Amino acid sequence: MAYDKFVTLKSTAYPLPIENVDTDQIIPARFLKATEREGFGDNLFRDWRYNADGTPKSDFPLNKEIYSGGKILVGGRNFGSGSSREHAAWAIYDFGLRCVISSAFADIFKNNCLNIGVLPVQVSPEFAEKLFDAIFADSKTEIEVDLPSQTVTLLTTGESEKFEINSYKKENMLNGFDDIDYLKNIETEITAFASTRPF
Amino acid sequence: MAKTLFDKVWDSHVVRSIEGGPDVFFIDRHFIHEVTSPVAFLGLESRGNSVLYPERTFATADHNTPTINQHLPVEDPLSANQLDALERNAAKHGISHWGLGDKNNGIVHVVGPENGITLPGATIVCGDSHTSTHGAFGAIAFGIGTSEVEMVLSTQCIMQPKPKKMRININGKLGLGVTPKDVALFIISKQTTSGATGYFVEYAGQVFRDMSMEGRMTVCNLSIEMGARGGMIAPDEKTFEYIKGRALAPKGDDWNKAMAYWKTLFTEENATFDIEFNYDASEIEPMITYGTNPGMGMGVTKSIPNASEVEGGVETYKKSLGYMHFNEGESMLGKKIDYVFLGSCTNGRIEDFRAFCSIVKGRRKAEHVIAWLVPGSHKVVDQIKAEGLDTIITDAGFELREPGCSACLAMNDDKVPAGKLAVSTSNRNFEGRQGPGSRTLLASPLVAAASAIEGVVTDPRTLLVG
Ligand code: SF4
Repeated sequence: MAYDKFVTLKSTAYPLPIENVDTDQIIPARFLKATEREGFGDNLFRDWRYNADGTPKSDFPLNKEIYSGGKILVGGRNFGSGSSREHAAWAIYDFGLRCVISSAFADIFKNNCLNIGVLPVQVSPEFAEKLFDAIFADSKTEIEVDLPSQTVTLLTTGESEKFEINSYKKENMLNGFDDIDYLKNIETEITAFASTRPF
Repeated sequence: MAKTLFDKVWDSHVVRSIEGGPDVFFIDRHFIHEVTSPVAFLGLESRGNSVLYPERTFATADHNTPTINQHLPVEDPLSANQLDALERNAAKHGISHWGLGDKNNGIVHVVGPENGITLPGATIVCGDSHTSTHGAFGAIAFGIGTSEVEMVLSTQCIMQPKPKKMRININGKLGLGVTPKDVALFIISKQTTSGATGYFVEYAGQVFRDMSMEGRMTVCNLSIEMGARGGMIAPDEKTFEYIKGRALAPKGDDWNKAMAYWKTLFTEENATFDIEFNYDASEIEPMITYGTNPGMGMGVTKSIPNASEVEGGVETYKKSLGYMHFNEGESMLGKKIDYVFLGSCTNGRIEDFRAFCSIVKGRRKAEHVIAWLVPGSHKVVDQIKAEGLDTIITDAGFELREPGCSACLAMNDDKVPAGKLAVSTSNRNFEGRQGPGSRTLLASPLVAAASAIEGVVTDPRTLLVG
């Protein structure tokens, strides 16, 4: 699926300082029944965001007016563990988020984000703490994520940290390309390889 | 350089390596199911692509399916729509499809091995994180997202950086009542749910050599719960014996060729891992979880650790105990339970039903417990009947349901109500996993059986001796 390019992003952020946030929380299984990929944002963090009767839980960060409009989510360590459901990444995208920052991501979730144009930014635990502190002190704190220089900056203090991304995925994100474009271009190489497989 | 089992299989599937990027990784076998594939087909079609090797993809319906009255139309319109989409897409693109009611139907990770699709040295992916199950055969198998499902459909490849290598060695003999599920929950409790992130695990040592193929599948299945990309075990005579004669396994000359190759699939003496762990079988007792991730587990006779003893994340830890309505220092033994679930791709195989029956035989289910016994496939159902386990089950007051994922992820009607406590043989105890507000204790089929009989969390060893 082609997606919007990602170059730089300057935005306020939603804080979610909970560890091991699993994809069942990001999008519960009962909302996976669609056969299209739109519309998952409404159920992002469904059971943390809403009471059983459907009313919003006012203390959940995604429901707080003071954070609204942010395009970044800062999450706790081991974000996105559990199920491989890409719906979790779709829900994040559909809600309007373009970047998730955490001190550690689960593998499949991270891949899924990269494949649909949500940038997972892994920072040190110390830097993640600083981001949380700054956001809790002032919800209008802006964070800048710059993909070309692979830096994330806390604009209030100017503190900055570099993050890792492999050069291939970086190129893809900068241009809005995806893996299928690449793979289709080398199809003859793939079919030649396939003919050598024993089973 | 000496190679590990993982190196041998990985390296032989790299179509090309990208400088500073992932490998273009060839996939031998691809499983699809109704929940994570429809959007992949939409993507494929919107780009005007076709399925490159339809014979390498296998479709089965499992996640959304009811476990009673499978002969009737599926009531939930959304589920029915996904099942239709799977059937339509498979037919349109020439992919084999085992829909509801088909004799080969069942949970994707149960039917793959049963039908000889899962083979040593193969690469296997599926849009389901427990694809790691197939590593039990010495395959590299892992879960992927829907974008990757589309990649495999259209190009038979995905883009993956090679993970780091971990080996977990467990030697010695397992004690009475200690099952493969306990071995896995023990490892995860040591590693935590993120301890193996970025790694591919090889399980080695006597404990795994002694294990049946079903047991190995249970262990590899749970690799993902410590964050690992997957887990694998070197194939041996047991593996070959299991595969031989299965419907889609190689036959005749192909079999001999395959065997010659499979026998090369082991980790060489001097090969190195990025990290290794050693445990002894005697450290492991029947396990149970008490929190909201599979890493929050302990021996069934132990008490919940205090927050101060837990590394990091005290707030998260307390939130988790709060959700479960448990306190630090509490024991699980004797806690009244409401539900028991035997099933899933973790513990829905014949061996699991045998274990369950070894305890419930000649006993009666506790009156207040609601139990869902859901075999992983129709073949498992047939085997249960052939062995007469169905009679033991009904005599003890239980009922056998029809195959599917069921309460593992509760997408169908098998939902544990809010606040109720369930002992489950599945793989995830996340908040709401078995239904909004449900509380899950993960355990082995033996613990599940003992608890179903007593109506409270029970150490199965008390029912096994004497
Ligand atoms: S039983 Fe559970 S974990 Fe296994 S394939 Fe089904 S939903 Fe996934």
